[in-house]
Amino acid sequence: MQPIIKVTRLTYYYDSLPTLDNISFTVGKGDFLGIIGPNGAGKTTLFQCMLGIVGDYKGEINLFGSDIKQNKKILQKIGYVPQKKSVEQTFPATVKEIVSLGVIGMKNRSDDIDMAIDFVELGSYRNKRIGELSEGQQQRAIIAKALAKQPELLILDEPTTGIDSATQERFYDLLTKLNKDKGITIVWSSHDMNAVERLANKVACIDRKLFFHGQSEDFFGNEERMKSYVEFAMQSHMNLHFGNKINGKDKLETK
Amino acid sequence: MLFDILQYGFMQRALLSGIAISIMCSIVGLFLVLKRHSLFGDALAHVAFGGIALGLFTGIYPILTAYVVAILSAVGVNKLRESTKIPPDSSIAVLLTSGLAIGVILISISGGFTLDLFSFLFGNILLVSNEDLIMILITDAIVVSIIYVLYKRLMLIVFDENQAKVSGLNVTWINTLFIVLASITIIASIRLVGVLLISSLIVIPNITALLLGKGFKKTIFISCAISVFSVVFGIVASYYVNLVPSGTIVLTMVSMFIVTIIVKNMRFRLKKIVVTK
Repeated sequence: MQPIIKVTRLTYYYDSLPTLDNISFTVGKGDFLGIIGPNGAGKTTLFQCMLGIVGDYKGEINLFGSDIKQNKKILQKIGYVPQKKSVEQTFPATVKEIVSLGVIGMKNRSDDIDMAIDFVELGSYRNKRIGELSEGQQQRAIIAKALAKQPELLILDEPTTGIDSATQERFYDLLTKLNKDKGITIVWSSHDMNAVERLANKVACIDRKLFFHGQSEDFFGNEERMKSYVEFAMQSHMNLHFGNKINGKDKLETK
Repeated sequence: MLFDILQYGFMQRALLSGIAISIMCSIVGLFLVLKRHSLFGDALAHVAFGGIALGLFTGIYPILTAYVVAILSAVGVNKLRESTKIPPDSSIAVLLTSGLAIGVILISISGGFTLDLFSFLFGNILLVSNEDLIMILITDAIVVSIIYVLYKRLMLIVFDENQAKVSGLNVTWINTLFIVLASITIIASIRLVGVLLISSLIVIPNITALLLGKGFKKTIFISCAISVFSVVFGIVASYYVNLVPSGTIVLTMVSMFIVTIIVKNMRFRLKKIVVTK
């Protein structure tokens, strides 16, 4: 079966430093892929390349069989939840208005908007301004916006950072429901290793280079592998911050 | 009282153009305020001042030169900001000061202020001619119609540019179009309150409406209502009390803003007392 996402030899430089270095992986239909990596590992940049926000990368990214650079229409099949950012309290849009932004250019989708709001359990807040909601509720509203267009793929970039643990748990339940009940393929980056181990069936560990990509249990069930990942991440950061300056080139090696 | 002054042609033109300008400025202004570009209107007006001075200096219709100079500068500065990652407020400062500098140099070369230039600086809605009125109404129709069509797209861009890109919107194109619309709105509005007070029309009705805590659409309607009321009240009051219309309009808006803050605070305290009891 054709993969939903196929990333081949993806490399991206920012200010002459490699943010992503020769990364390749695939994601199949119905997969729940957890992407882990320390701060500055390139997770957000990877998503930005996959979504066409950043275009000057090397390598190939195929989504649903099409090159994202050639065919922007495939974005209609993708819901995106960016890194949590607090919305200003005075931002005037209501939850319903925000969710309706997910179906711009699509006609007669008011039922989908209402269903998405109900799905994330914000029905009683639909006419409230998004800035008046708690951070967890705001993030659920953004998910509802992504769900309103009934996406086949949902990409979430560290959506629970800074959110309390009880709200995080509700959020994880929601993601599981989306993956299991609705069959939505999910690609999700997180620092919460326990949650990734629990929720995701596949895992990718990156720190500018791809260290591991495969079944979740093959990573979390292998203590040696996890240990060498930590060493890899530390080595990678040492090289980034000191190696380049000393030797004039990046010395990062994948284990 | 209102019907008496409507007998005068200049007053009819003043009120009609004032209402059209206030609606246009409120709608464009909400997006500028939410983008944190509140002073963009001020900067554009200063560039327009340079354009007006250029028109008066060269003998070309000043509003025309103001349009050309303001649109080119606004698009140029937007590109500069995007390509060099200069913070928005700094790029606005560059726009503002360079426009004023050009204006001052041209004025000094041409021998100082003229009556025309003075009316551009402080506005004089009572001097609106039939041609000016037609131009203002056409500009209003164009700006409001385009924003009506792009309303949701602009809302998404203001909310989160990256999400707008992922939704497949051509963010650069829409931003450029919006900047052009903002430029022509500012130039068309100079007659009402002048270069120096233009940002009041962009900012004050919108921050007042934002205080009231309603949805996006309602905020636009409330902002328009505040702006239209201030303009009509300001023009009529200035006629009877013999004040400058532009200053009266702006002070009416400021008064409504202050009253809104006071009422909001009183309601908040009242709620607190009720909850405590």
